[in-house]
Amino acid sequence: MSPSVSPPEDLDAVDYIGVTKSAYDALGYPTYRWAENEDPPAFVPPSVELADATVVVIASGGVYRVGDVGFTHKDDTSHREIPSDTPDDQLRVTHFAYDQTAARTDPSVVFPLQAVRSLVDDGVVGALADVALTFMGGIYSQRRLHEELVPALVQRTNELGADVALLVPV
Amino acid sequence: MGLIARAIEASGVATTTLTSAWSITASANPPRALYTDFPLGHTAGVPGDRDMQRAIAHAALEAPWTMTEPGIAVSPHQWPEEWRTEARDPIDHRTPRHDAPQYQSDADRAAAIAAHGEETACGCE
Repeated sequence: MSPSVSPPEDLDAVDYIGVTKSAYDALGYPTYRWAENEDPPAFVPPSVELADATVVVIASGGVYRVGDVGFTHKDDTSHREIPSDTPDDQLRVTHFAYDQTAARTDPSVVFPLQAVRSLVDDGVVGALADVALTFMGGIYSQRRLHEELVPALVQRTNELGADVALLVPV
Repeated sequence: MGLIARAIEASGVATTTLTSAWSITASANPPRALYTDFPLGHTAGVPGDRDMQRAIAHAALEAPWTMTEPGIAVSPHQWPEEWRTEARDPIDHRTPRHDAPQYQSDADRAAAIAAHGEETACGCE
């Protein structure tokens, strides 16, 4: 699949690249350059069946746990590690760029830890990794993203023994 | 998130990405994505709908076993009310980008200060 692939027409998907460009143009801001990757991604088969797979949840919605240091809203490339048995009532959300009304009522809308835990409980999924990895997206420095956040998430995903990573942007 | 998916996949771990922003995800070109046709901020489902949230997580997690090439699959779930008009309004909704750690509530800030100290947790001088 090439990056230029369009959504099925009957979806009527919102073109957020276009919406962002219009909003920034109106404010006189320079055009934001979204990541563009023409080259195909790596594509590895999972090594075990889903019922035996360990899943790590990785979410960019600014989720933290009560007692954690919150995220700054300016290119914060740190991440938090949320124990996978953390109940939803200990989860909090902070972010500068999306409406958090729903996420603060039900964190599962941006961080489906509870949903995966339910699949594990019923034997559909093998296990959750010991922790989920969370950060605050909207990092404008591509350099810092590549040098700081990406290597940390790759390293932790592998250290956690994950067979599958479930990534959840907002 | 597409960049992170590509990097994790390149390290040998299969990835699957939920997204409600088709154009952004298509541009980043991750290995596998499941598109949920929802307003931003609800990628993983309707608030409080545990059955839907579970079905979406399940469908996303099956992708490494069902998708044979990179691409974006479409979740059949619908948002319960009209939302596209507001989503297409080109208004900059972002709040100021503070340098200090931000919290959902003052109680969270207090809990973080108790656990990590004032300098780390609140960025206070």
